[in-house]
Amino acid sequence: MSERSDASARMRLRIVGAWALVGIPLAYGLVETLRKAADLFTG
Amino acid sequence: MVPSFLARDRIVAGPGFSRWLIPPAALCVHLCIGQAYATSVYKTALVEHFDTSLTAIGVIFSIAIVMLGLSAAVCGTWVDHNGPRAAMFTAACFWSAGFLVAALGIGTEQLWLVYLGYGVIGGIGLGIGYISPVSTLIKWFPDRPGLATGLAIMGFGGGALIASPLSSRLMQLYDQSGYDATDPSSVADGHAVTMLFVTLGIVYFAFMMFGAWTVRVPPEGWKPEGWDPAEVREKRLVTTASVSAGNAIRTPQFWLLWTVLFCNVTAGIGILEQAAPMIQDFFRDSSGASTVTATAAAGFVGLLSLANMGGRFVWSSTSDVVGRKPIYMLYLGGGIVLYLLLATVGDTAVALFVLLAAVIISWYGGGFSTVPAYLRDLFGTFEVGAIHGRLLTAWSAAGIAGPLIINGFLDAQGTPGELTADAYRPALLTMVGVLVIGLVANVLIRAVDPRFHEPAASDDLERSAT
Repeated sequence: MSERSDASARMRLRIVGAWALVGIPLAYGLVETLRKAADLFTG
Repeated sequence: MVPSFLARDRIVAGPGFSRWLIPPAALCVHLCIGQAYATSVYKTALVEHFDTSLTAIGVIFSIAIVMLGLSAAVCGTWVDHNGPRAAMFTAACFWSAGFLVAALGIGTEQLWLVYLGYGVIGGIGLGIGYISPVSTLIKWFPDRPGLATGLAIMGFGGGALIASPLSSRLMQLYDQSGYDATDPSSVADGHAVTMLFVTLGIVYFAFMMFGAWTVRVPPEGWKPEGWDPAEVREKRLVTTASVSAGNAIRTPQFWLLWTVLFCNVTAGIGILEQAAPMIQDFFRDSSGASTVTATAAAGFVGLLSLANMGGRFVWSSTSDVVGRKPIYMLYLGGGIVLYLLLATVGDTAVALFVLLAAVIISWYGGGFSTVPAYLRDLFGTFEVGAIHGRLLTAWSAAGIAGPLIINGFLDAQGTPGELTADAYRPALLTMVGVLVIGLVANVLIRAVDPRFHEPAASDDLERSAT
């Protein structure tokens, strides 16, 4: 039972890690593009 | 056929594996190959470095897109048979090698090496990488194929969002001539672009390898908990049969969908190709000067990138609810209306112009991400990756036709950046005609004739139901 919950916790950790790996660069790109897009209204 | 560590049977998911690891694995590939949309960042630097024309540098991108379509079409069956790890590994090798060969070309001032590297070798990586996770995602998410493929193909749009600012900063870091990334008139030197290509080649290789080592295929008979395959059978135009890639291209449905994708992409490129000069040309004061500054025009391009990326996820996910054929009716029918509005009243207010263009581009992105799920509906999951690969030749063709149409009309009117809204009207109305053809093709799509189905009852959905 505890082995199964360990495996489940490891899988959750892998999911969080994998999503962070793609999510962080994507968030960087989004923020940079939003800053650039803001120039449409201020530039 | 492939080394054992890449083989499909080595990556069958074990008990407890979560399907939510598959979208980030797919994104690792698509975020990297999406760099292809960020080539404008170093375009001027390459023009100056090689002392050549913008057209000669633009050819690099054109070769890459043509190779994308060709390699996806030729390698689709190989990708389906050998699985996503082999495909992602191969794509990483080609994509990364393409950057390194192109870097050698820039460093030695041999433009043909850049054509060969980024264009041909990198283009093969693009094609294999683009289709590599698609059929795997559809098999892991039979209940929400639009959402799954939308997530991955959104990454292709997101890749440009990352690569564009990152490339500017890296070039500033490597440049030895005082390049300022924040100054639009500043141009990086050849050394900076060479080092940028080397860096991107290495980083992308590592990133794509993570995807290749994370991806898994579902075990035979797997289905999501609580999902009943019978729900699929109840929907119109959704088959539970299997059609091979060889048979699919003999069906009218394939060529109708090819036409749909071709028309949708051609029309979208009409705006994307000329976005910055177009918004400046649409709004001029009585002296002829544009009321939209170059900085604001660049902001408009950024906004379109966001619409392109967002549309890929939002519209593809929506198609899971409303159906694939109706959503393409929206992309194409709605596109006709919005293009007409753009041509007739688009110059009355900047906000209206921006809104119309952003929605059109979101449908352009949606067209890309919804098409794998449409193929799954029509032809089943059997060889959907290979069929998708063949369909992507429509993208290559549109990549040539779209710019030809828009540039052909605009060249006859003058130079973009010095035109008025009236000069764009013939080109925009031509795009309306293109969308009408796409709409008719979509209306004509019916279920595939059973004579094209595989004779054995090899349908994945039926297997999983038993």
